[in-house]
Amino acid sequence: MDIISNLALGFSIALSPYTLMLAVIGCFLGTIIGALPGLGPSNGVAILIPLTFTLGLDATSALVLMTSVYYGAMYGGRISSILLNIPGDEPALMTTLDGYPMAKQGKAGDALVLSGVASFVGALLATLGLMLLAPLLARVAYLFGPSEYFALYLLAFSTLGGIASNNQAKAAIASCIGLGIAMVGVDNSSGLPRLTGGNLHLMDGIDFLVAIVGLFAIAEVFFFIESHGKGSSIGVKFDKVTIPWKAIFETKWTMLRSSLVGFIAGILPGAGASLGSFLAYTSEKAIAGKDGGFGTGVPKGIAAPEAGNNAAAGGALVPMLTLGVPGSGTTAVLLALLMTLNITPGPTLFTDRPEVVWGLIASLLIANVVLLLMNVPMVKIFVRVLQVPAWVLLPGVTMISFVGIYSLSGSYFDLLLMVGFGVLGYVLRKLDIPTVPVIMGILLGGHMEDALRRAMVISDGDFVYLFSSPISIGLWIAAVAGFVAPMFLRNVLRKPQRVTD
Amino acid sequence: MASDRIFGLVALMVALAYIASATQIQTSFLSDPVGPKAFPILIGAVAALCGLVLIVRPDPDPEWPDARTWGSLLIAVVVLIGYAYSLKPMGFLVPTAITAAILSYQISPRTLPAVLSGLGLSIGLFILFKFALGLGLVPFPKGLIG
Repeated sequence: MDIISNLALGFSIALSPYTLMLAVIGCFLGTIIGALPGLGPSNGVAILIPLTFTLGLDATSALVLMTSVYYGAMYGGRISSILLNIPGDEPALMTTLDGYPMAKQGKAGDALVLSGVASFVGALLATLGLMLLAPLLARVAYLFGPSEYFALYLLAFSTLGGIASNNQAKAAIASCIGLGIAMVGVDNSSGLPRLTGGNLHLMDGIDFLVAIVGLFAIAEVFFFIESHGKGSSIGVKFDKVTIPWKAIFETKWTMLRSSLVGFIAGILPGAGASLGSFLAYTSEKAIAGKDGGFGTGVPKGIAAPEAGNNAAAGGALVPMLTLGVPGSGTTAVLLALLMTLNITPGPTLFTDRPEVVWGLIASLLIANVVLLLMNVPMVKIFVRVLQVPAWVLLPGVTMISFVGIYSLSGSYFDLLLMVGFGVLGYVLRKLDIPTVPVIMGILLGGHMEDALRRAMVISDGDFVYLFSSPISIGLWIAAVAGFVAPMFLRNVLRKPQRVTD
Repeated sequence: MASDRIFGLVALMVALAYIASATQIQTSFLSDPVGPKAFPILIGAVAALCGLVLIVRPDPDPEWPDARTWGSLLIAVVVLIGYAYSLKPMGFLVPTAITAAILSYQISPRTLPAVLSGLGLSIGLFILFKFALGLGLVPFPKGLIG
């Protein structure tokens, strides 16, 4: 009974009053961040990482705080999806499809409570799945050598490009931008500078936090300037909150099925939460058939994507913790957090630092319960947060980003880079080029190159070695299929677009 | 159509420049079979190929903002760059108030709320960072208060 003793270890860390307090603070902050229009799990967590770093928290505490913020933001995201029809990030898009129509019918309170319960079910089941599956996968991960890792990174980029975007070439360019940026700086094995253009500031390479905050937070400001903050006021009536027992009971199978679908989608490296909520919604829509009324504001249409989304968030932690490959934008940000804290994810994490892994899992379980308790009775408080006008919020976010990045290095150069990444993020998103592969490229580029070079050292330059084990052949096939197949499936699996009034 | 073609062309140019500078990377005498050049060149090649694909098969154009909005965006970028340079020599309070007020004005063009949110954010965030989070921020230029 390894799991129980490990879990006991985890709870012994997570239940200390200090850690518990951090979890509650994190959940509260996270829900607010998720609820604010224009801030979602990825950019919310991103701007907080530098600040956590300067607070001087130890690794476990920082991890507990930030994962509670992460889970909290996933919960909070549904508030702006349902009430404003503005998804905080891509996975939340599916919740707007039925959530917003339901809110317009005057059942905003029901929709919020139901989605909160669905989030709880999805996240709880996924955390349990993570507990069971992660140690197993960690054992398999020991079989991974450099050539397998190289194929795995390739798989992550190709599924991310294949499934999560509308155009393969654009997703591949985004990955190349990220990988290309990761190459800048001193070369690990020869110790000589590469592609710095003689600029001393670039010798250390480009900090991934600078890129993340620029691409996610600063770019958002430009979007708000473009839209002049329109569409961020509540258009639906919202008065009292009751618990819709009937709707919760009716959707129990939907929640369970969607959690399973979401969890599996989350485990696939590179696919992540967007795919989870999308698959959960479309499969429930297919099960309900034409009479299901999906898209008009039915309870099942809210329960499915929320359970799927949160289950995928938990599932995405499996490859992130065991292999160091994030499954989505937000897990990429969490990976950035781990790297900032000097924790290397991978199979050794489970044996060398069990207190980090199991402390994290226990605090996820706690955060989940706290969030359910916080989100059902206190939902009105969080709804009030939506009334913060964009012309106060976005300048505030910018200032927090500047101070956060400035506190990391104290150099104006990083701030300039951050503004540059903000502009890049604006242009890329305008052209429908996904920004998540850029982040993944910057985070994983160094590891991917190291894997390739180590494999070549082992085989003495023989490229056939990359395809020499069954695991790596399987990963290569999956990578090619994941990149090519969506080109043909695109007409079948069309992504639903946002509903507009 | 045009936007994607232009972007594809820019991507192609940058990728070729990237490859060119990657070939200039110094190699050490103690090198592995791959060396420090191969991976950057590979990335550049893939990016160049994708740039070509975008030139040949572009997506429909996105909706670009009008000239006035471009002006606002340009002002925002210039102000942010100025903010990056001034944060160290000028202290926190003054540049933050000015930058936040200008950004706020670009989002919603009303003078009084913009000025108030600039002042409020500057003072509020300073108190938050300095006293709640304990960051070592300098409120005013050092020369001013000695």
